[in-house]
Amino acid sequence: MDNLDKIVEEACQAFAAVTQAADLEQAKTRYLGKSGILTAQMKLLGGLPAADRPAAGSRINQARDAISHALESRRQSLRAEALALQLAAEALDVGLPGRGIATGGLHPVTLARERIEALFASIGFSVAEGPEIETDFYNFTALNIPQDHPARAMHDTFYVDEQHLLRTHTSPVQIHYLEDHPPPLRIIAPGRVYRVDSDATHSPMFHQIEGLWVDETISFAHLKGIVQTFLQQFFERDDLTVRFRPSFFPFTEPSAEMDMSWGDGWLEIGGCGMVHPAVLKHVNIDSEQYQGFAFGMGLERLAMLRYGVTDLRAFFAGDLRFLKQFN
Amino acid sequence: MKFSEQWLRSYVNPVLNTEQLAHVLTMAGLEVEQVTSVAADFSGVVVARVCEVMPHPQADRLRVCQVDAGTGSLLQIVCGAPNVCLDAIVPCATVGAQLPGMQIKPAKLRGIESFGMLCSATELGLPAGSDGLLMLPTDAPIGMDLRDYLQLNDHAFTLKLTPNRSDCLGIVGIARDVGAMTGTQAKELPSVHVLMESNATVSIDVQASDACPYYAARVIEQLNPAVETPLWMRQRLERSGLRSLGAVVDITNYVLLETGQPLHAFDADCLFGGIQVRMATANESLLLLNGQTVDLSSDLLVIADQSGPQALAGIMGGSASAVSQTTTRIVLESAWFHPSAIAGRSRRLGLNTDAGYRFERGVDFGVTGTVLAYATQLLLDICGGKAGPVSEFQATLPQRSPVRLRLERIERVLGICMTPDQIREHLIRLGMRIDEHTDAWLVTPPSWRFDIEREVDLIEELARLYGYERVPATIPIAPTQMLPVRETCRPITQLLRLLAARDYQEVVTYSFVDSTWEAEFSPTHTPIVLQNPIASQMAVMRSTLMGGLLDVLHTNLNRRQEQVRIVETGRCFLREGDGFTQPQRLGGLAFGPVRAEQWGESTRNVDFYDVKADLAALFHPMPIVTRAAEHPALHPGQTAQVWVAGQRVGWLGTLHPAIVQRHGLPSAPVLFELDLTMVQIHPLATSGEISRFQQVRRDLAIVIDQSVSAQSLLDAMLAADVAYVTDIAVFDSYRGQHIAADKKSLAFRVLLQDNQKTLTDEEVEAAVASLTEMLQQQFGAQLRS
Repeated sequence: MDNLDKIVEEACQAFAAVTQAADLEQAKTRYLGKSGILTAQMKLLGGLPAADRPAAGSRINQARDAISHALESRRQSLRAEALALQLAAEALDVGLPGRGIATGGLHPVTLARERIEALFASIGFSVAEGPEIETDFYNFTALNIPQDHPARAMHDTFYVDEQHLLRTHTSPVQIHYLEDHPPPLRIIAPGRVYRVDSDATHSPMFHQIEGLWVDETISFAHLKGIVQTFLQQFFERDDLTVRFRPSFFPFTEPSAEMDMSWGDGWLEIGGCGMVHPAVLKHVNIDSEQYQGFAFGMGLERLAMLRYGVTDLRAFFAGDLRFLKQFN
Repeated sequence: MKFSEQWLRSYVNPVLNTEQLAHVLTMAGLEVEQVTSVAADFSGVVVARVCEVMPHPQADRLRVCQVDAGTGSLLQIVCGAPNVCLDAIVPCATVGAQLPGMQIKPAKLRGIESFGMLCSATELGLPAGSDGLLMLPTDAPIGMDLRDYLQLNDHAFTLKLTPNRSDCLGIVGIARDVGAMTGTQAKELPSVHVLMESNATVSIDVQASDACPYYAARVIEQLNPAVETPLWMRQRLERSGLRSLGAVVDITNYVLLETGQPLHAFDADCLFGGIQVRMATANESLLLLNGQTVDLSSDLLVIADQSGPQALAGIMGGSASAVSQTTTRIVLESAWFHPSAIAGRSRRLGLNTDAGYRFERGVDFGVTGTVLAYATQLLLDICGGKAGPVSEFQATLPQRSPVRLRLERIERVLGICMTPDQIREHLIRLGMRIDEHTDAWLVTPPSWRFDIEREVDLIEELARLYGYERVPATIPIAPTQMLPVRETCRPITQLLRLLAARDYQEVVTYSFVDSTWEAEFSPTHTPIVLQNPIASQMAVMRSTLMGGLLDVLHTNLNRRQEQVRIVETGRCFLREGDGFTQPQRLGGLAFGPVRAEQWGESTRNVDFYDVKADLAALFHPMPIVTRAAEHPALHPGQTAQVWVAGQRVGWLGTLHPAIVQRHGLPSAPVLFELDLTMVQIHPLATSGEISRFQQVRRDLAIVIDQSVSAQSLLDAMLAADVAYVTDIAVFDSYRGQHIAADKKSLAFRVLLQDNQKTLTDEEVEAAVASLTEMLQQQFGAQLRS
C-alpha cells in the first residue's frame, strides 16, 4: 500500500498549496470527503482477503489521521496568516493625535479662591457673601467710618446714588453676617470689590477675601498664627513667615498691615486687626465677652504670586492665550 | 508727609543708620514709603571763589578762570558755563574729585590746562534751579567741603501716614514717636520769649467758639519784604517737598512742617477792622489764594474782617489779604479749629491743603500759643520787624478723658504677656499720665493724640512699643466643627469644571460696562449709572453678562483666535422698586468651529443645538426644556427660554444678526445666560427599581407643520403619560426633498418597559398607537411611511 503514503504526501502538498480557507475545505473534501480518496480506499477493503483487512484498514486509518492532522495544522496556519494580515492592515499610527473637543479651564482668581476656601474650610470657616452694590451704612458707617471721617479718603469710592455705592472692601460682609449669626463664628467672604483707581498696579475692580473669627479669647497673636499658617499652606512653603506692621483701619483696633516673607524681602499682603468694639456694638455683640480678628487680602495678589503673573490687568483682559496657561 | 532726615535728627537722634531709622518709623506705624538721598554720591567738591575770568584764546564759549578753592594757591580751571563771572561763589570739583560717572583729572581743554571743574546743580545730582553753575551764597566759606556746607549727607523721607496719626504731621511729633519707640529722649519745640517792640494789636471776635475754641494773633510790623529765606531753611523745605515762596510764607510753612500747627499770615494792610471768626453765610463767597472762588455756606468756618471773609479757616487763606512781595505788616494767626468744623470740607470743595489735612485729623491744642511765639521769633530773626502783643481768645478746649486699662485685658487681646513695669514705661514714653488703681489703671493721653479713646487704643499703643514684629504667631485652640456640605447645591467651581470639560474657559469681566452695551443687550432695563465712572466704557452696572462676553470675543478675534468658548459667573445688577437686585448669573458664549480643526473629521461652526447640549450636560440629570422666545439681543428665530423643573432659568440663543453686523463679527456666536443659583440645584439621587424585563424600542416618524416645535410634541407625548413609555427622544429632524415645503419630518425613539413583565406586542403597539393618535389629533401630524 505504498499508494497510501503517496496519498498522504499528495494531501499534505495540496493543503500546503492552498492559501484560502475555502480552498482548504475543498482539498479536505477531496481526501476526506464522502466521495474522497480515502473513502474510496476504504471501499477497496472489501476486495481484500479477510485476513488482510484489519491491517489494511488500520493503515488507511493511520493515513486518515495523518491527513486530518495536516489539515488541522494547515487550518491553524491559515488562520494565523489571515489574522496577521488583518492586524497588519489594521495597524494605526498611534502617534496621531486623539480626536474630540479640547478642554477649557478655570480663571486663576477662581483657582486661588477655591484653594483658599478649601484651606479655611479645613479649620471650620464657612463662606459668606454680600451684595456688591452696598449701602453707605454697611460699607462705612457700621464699620466705624462715619461721614466726613478722613479714612473715607482711603477708599476711592464709586457712587451709585446718595445712599448706594460699590463696596470698596469685603468688610461689609462682616456686618451682614454678624447681624444674623451670634458668635462664636468663623467665616471667610471672598468677592469683587471696587475702587476708583486704575493704573498698572490697580484695577477699578478686584477681588478680596475677608476673614473673621469672633469668639471669647481669639487674640492678635492668633490672627498672626492663622494668617501665617494659611499663607504657608496656600503657597506650600513651610518657611514663609508673616510680619505685622502697625496700621490703621477704623473697624479694627489694634490694626496691622500684613507682610509676607518673600525672597529676600517682605511683600504687603493685606490688612488686618482685632474687630473694633464699635463694630461689635453696631451688631449688638458684647465686646466684653466677645472679641476676634478680621483680615482682608487681595485675591489677585495671591494669585499673581502663586502663578507668577506679573500684570494685574491680564486677569480681566480676557485673552484666552493668557487664561489657558492655568488649565 | 515728606521731611529731611537731618531735620528729624535735630530733634531725636537714636544710634541708628538711615535704614534702621526708616525701619523704626515703619514699625511705629509711620510707614516709610520712600527714602531718597538729597544729592548724588560725590566727593572732593569744595566751595570756591572765581577770582579771574579770561577769554579762552581758542574757543569763544570757554573761559579760563583762576579759582580760589581754599588750597592756598589759585587753580586754573577752564569753564564753559555761561554764568561764570568774577567773584562768583561756586562748587569746585578739585583734581581727584569723584563725581557721578566721572573722576576729575588735570586736563587740557583746547590747549589750555585745567585743574578741576566748576559744577552745576545737575552735575552734583541736586535739584536744578537754573542752568549753569550752582551759585552759592556770598558768605559761603571758601574751601569748605560742599557736602558739609549744604548738609548733603541727608535723606528725604516720605511717610504714608494713616488718618489716626495726625500727631506725626510734624517733625516734632515724629521725633516724639521715634523717641518712644527707641527709648531715646526727643527734644521738644523750644519755648521762646518774644521781645515786644510794638504796640500794634488786632482785635479778635470769635463768634463760633465751638468750632474755634482757641485763636491767637499778633501784628508784626516793619518786616523787610526783600529778605531772602536763609539757605538752611530753604533746604529743609525743599527736602520736605516745598518750594520757597518768599520769607514770610516760607517761615509759616517751615513752622507747619516742624510743629504740625498750621499758621496763617494776613497782609495787615489789607485787613479792615478786627478779625472775626464765624460761620459763613450762604450768600458769601471767597476768592482763595489758589485763584479758586468758593461759594460759602453756613457750615464753613471763616476768618473775616469788616469787609467779609478773608480766609477759609484752617483750610486756605483768601487772595485779597494774602502776603505779597511788598508786605511789611502782617497779622500772624495761630488757632485751634475743631476737627468736626473742618472735616470733609476740603474734599467737598476739591481743596487739598496742608492746613486742612491737619486740622481735620486733629492738631495738638496744647501748643497753639507756643508755636505762635516760635514762629514770631523766626520772623523777627529772618525778616527783622517788630512784634506786637498777642491777642488771644480761649473758650473750652477739648479735655482728654482718662481711659480705663485693665492689665489682664492686654494679654487677652494681644496674646502677649507684659509686666506692669513694661506697661508703665511704655505709656510714660508716649506722654500718657497714669493713675494706678488695683482693678485698672486710668490713663490720660496727651493733647497731641486724637486716637486714644478706648482701652483697645491703649492696647494697640502697647503692642506698638512692644513691637508688632515680636507678636508670636499662635494657633488658637477651638472646638472642632464640621461644616455642612449640601449635596443638593453644587459648588460653582463644579459647574465651571463641567463646562471646562466641554472646552469652556472661564473669564472675569468688569461689572461696569459701556452704556451702549446695556442699550444693546438690555434695552428695556433702566441702567444703573455710576456717578463717578472711571471711564465712559465703564459707566453703567451690567444687567446681563452678555456684553462682557461679547467684548472678550472681540479681544480674542483681534488676537486671531478662531474658536472661543467662554463662561463667566458673577452678579448682574437690576433695579427693583427703589432698590436693586443683584442676582448671580452664569453666562457663556460659543463661537467658531464646534471642534478645533483635526484630522479625519470635517468641521462646522458651533450652533444653537451644540450649546443646548452643553446646557443639558450642565443640568443633567434634570432635563432642560427650551421654549421659543424673544430677546432683544438674540436672533428671533434662534432663541429660547430655558426651563428646568418647571422653572424658567435663563436664555439660550444666537446673537441677533443686526448686532453681529454692527460688531463686524465673521459669524454669529451662541450665547446663554442662566440664573446661577438655579444651576447649582442638583436633586438628591434616589435609587429606584431596575426592571428585569426587556426594554422595547419603537420608532415613530411623523410629518408635521414646520411651525410646530419638537419640544411641544415631546411635552405633549410625555404629558399623555402613556402606559409603559419610559422615554421619548428625537433622533431625526428633516426638511427638504419628499417633504412639503411647509412641513418637516421628525423621528422619535420611544422606549417602553415594565417592571413586572415582558411587554407583549399588543401592549407595545397599543402604546405607540395612542401616542400617534394624540399627535394626529392635537398637532395634525401624519405618520410617515
